[in-house]
This record gives sequence, C-alpha cells and structure tokens, in this order.
Amino acid sequence: MPRRKGAPEVNAGSMADIAFLLLIFFLVTTTIETDAGLDRMLPPIEPPDTDVIIKQKNIFTVNINKNGQLLVEDQLMDIEDLREAAKAFLDNNADGTCTYCKGRKDPSSSDNPTKAIISLKNDRETKYSTYITVQNELVGAYNDLRNREAQRLFGRDFTEMEAEYLNPETPSSIREDLKDKVKRIQDMFPQKLSEAETSTAN
Amino acid sequence: MAKFAKKKDGDLPAVSTASLPDIVFMLLFFFMTVTTMKDSSLLVQNTLPNASEVKKLEKKDRVIYIYVGKPIKEYQKVFGTEPKIQLNDKFADVGEVGAYILAERAKKPQELQNVLTTALKVDKDANMGLISDIKQELRKVNALKVNYTTYEGNAFNNLN
Repeated sequence: MPRRKGAPEVNAGSMADIAFLLLIFFLVTTTIETDAGLDRMLPPIEPPDTDVIIKQKNIFTVNINKNGQLLVEDQLMDIEDLREAAKAFLDNNADGTCTYCKGRKDPSSSDNPTKAIISLKNDRETKYSTYITVQNELVGAYNDLRNREAQRLFGRDFTEMEAEYLNPETPSSIREDLKDKVKRIQDMFPQKLSEAETSTAN
Repeated sequence: MAKFAKKKDGDLPAVSTASLPDIVFMLLFFFMTVTTMKDSSLLVQNTLPNASEVKKLEKKDRVIYIYVGKPIKEYQKVFGTEPKIQLNDKFADVGEVGAYILAERAKKPQELQNVLTTALKVDKDANMGLISDIKQELRKVNALKVNYTTYEGNAFNNLN
C-alpha cells in the first residue's frame, strides 16, 4: 500500500463566505463619522461704513449672565420659554407688510421679519453649554417659522430641504430646484442674530 | 472505450483557492477607504454639548478644527485645570489662533480657501470668555464661518 503524499489539503472553499460575512458585517456597522453642529456667521471686524439706525423695538435682546439666567427684553425668562418668545417677536408684523406672518401685530414689537434682529449678549463666565442651548433655541425659533412657511408653500420642512440642498450627494438638477426654494424661505425670515462683544465685568 | 475516467471514491476534490487574494484585496480596499486617519490626539477633555437644530459638517477638507477644554488628567499637573485651546497636537494661547487659521488656510487648495469653516469643538464646561476671545481672533483673520460642533440631542440636557 503506497503512502499518502504530504499533508492533505485543507478545504478552503468556505473562506470566501467567511470573508463576505465579515465584509457585510463591517459595511453595516461602520458609520463614517460626520460632525454636526450649529452653523453661525461671525460679523466682519470692520464696522460698516454707514451707521444703520435700528429702532429699539426691532431688537430682541437676550442677555445671559454668569449663572446661566436669561434676561430677555429686560425681563427674567426661563430658557424653555425663549423659543416661543423669539418666535412671537419675529412673527409679530407690526407694520403689516408681511403677508405670511401670523403674529399679534403688537406695535411695541418688531415691524416685520426682515427688520427684526435678535441680539445675544453673554458674560465671560457664562458656561458654554448654556450659551449653546440659547443659540439652539434661537436658531430653532427661526427654523420653526421657516418650516411653517415651507410646509405651506412646498409641503415639506425647510430644514429637510436645506439638508438635502447642502448634501453633496444630491444630484445637481434637484439642487438647482431646491436652491431657489431654500433662498425664498430664507428671505422670508432672514436670520439676523447679532452677537455683541461679551461684557467683561458685571 | 473508457472516455470518462472513473473517479476514485472517497477522494475529495481540492477546492480552488485562486479567488482568495481577490477577497482579501476587496477587504483591504474597503478598510482603506473607510478608515479615517486620526490626525491629532486629544489633549483636552471634550464632552460636547447637545443641540437639536444641527447641521451636518460635510466635506472634511473644508474644515479647520479648534479644540477647547480642560487638559486631560495626565496634563493637569503641568497645565492646570483651566480650559485651554488645542491646535493640532499642542496647547496654544488665544493669540496663536489667528496664525494657526492662516497657516491652515494656506495649506488648502486655492479654490477652497474662501469656503472654509472653523469647527469649534468646545467642552461643555468651558467658559464663554475664552470662546469670545477665540471668536475675536477668528474675526481678525476673517474666518467668519464657524460651526459650534455639538452632539445631536435635546439642548436642555446641557443645563443639568
């Protein structure tokens, strides 16, 4: 009886299956991490050439002190109420030129959304997390109003439209279409959020 | 006429492993494309605050990162526990932010230099004073587009 030649070959037929299994597992579980956050524009350092005179009633002042308390339009306010207050201010429409606003038309509040400015001021010792919460609520107020108009005009949320517009994977034909819509909504409620320099000593 | 040689019974045919390199290469390419190189290790504590109205930061090549937070435990003996700024791999003063932004901007291709975003990754316990100083520096070098990087979540969780 002849001896067998060498060691027997190991069956590697299932190797491909295992590799595919691993591949699919990693494909499903890997999330390519993208950061997310609040986008803001800082004001340019050069002051504008002409001083624009803004009526006091068109400015919505938000002050955060070092303990994280809010002073909104010279009144103490809970952070939970800030969004509604900001929305009421932006949507007020005192001069009646804004046809899509649903505000109270309170003559002592903002004229129309294009004139309304939110001014945010904080102390040097304000905690960053409080500041982000306030920023979030103010951006949220704009987003809520923009969503309302986008729903009325286009039947979908503004935030969703904007995300699709900014997503580089969206085909350019759809983006062109979205560009005008996004711009139109943005112009209805332009985001005018001014940040004064921080107060040093209180 | 034995046209077909009879197979010997009980002898397993050897499975071809010729496709194995392909599979391995496929895996290799997959990991190569997915893996993002970590360019700087964190020297500061970096628990970001939560926010709900977030926008995604697309296109990593257009982002410059600035980290702010307390130094991590190992560095607290040397650098103290006050929040510090981290640029690339080292601690920096507020005054260095402008130069850093300009240097980073110069590294980017020409067509991207005007569309850069500065991502501020700030620990939730930092104070606004430092952030304001950074913002002032950013304004000086005209890097006006900032993104306060946050986790997605309920913003009111920050207050606790």
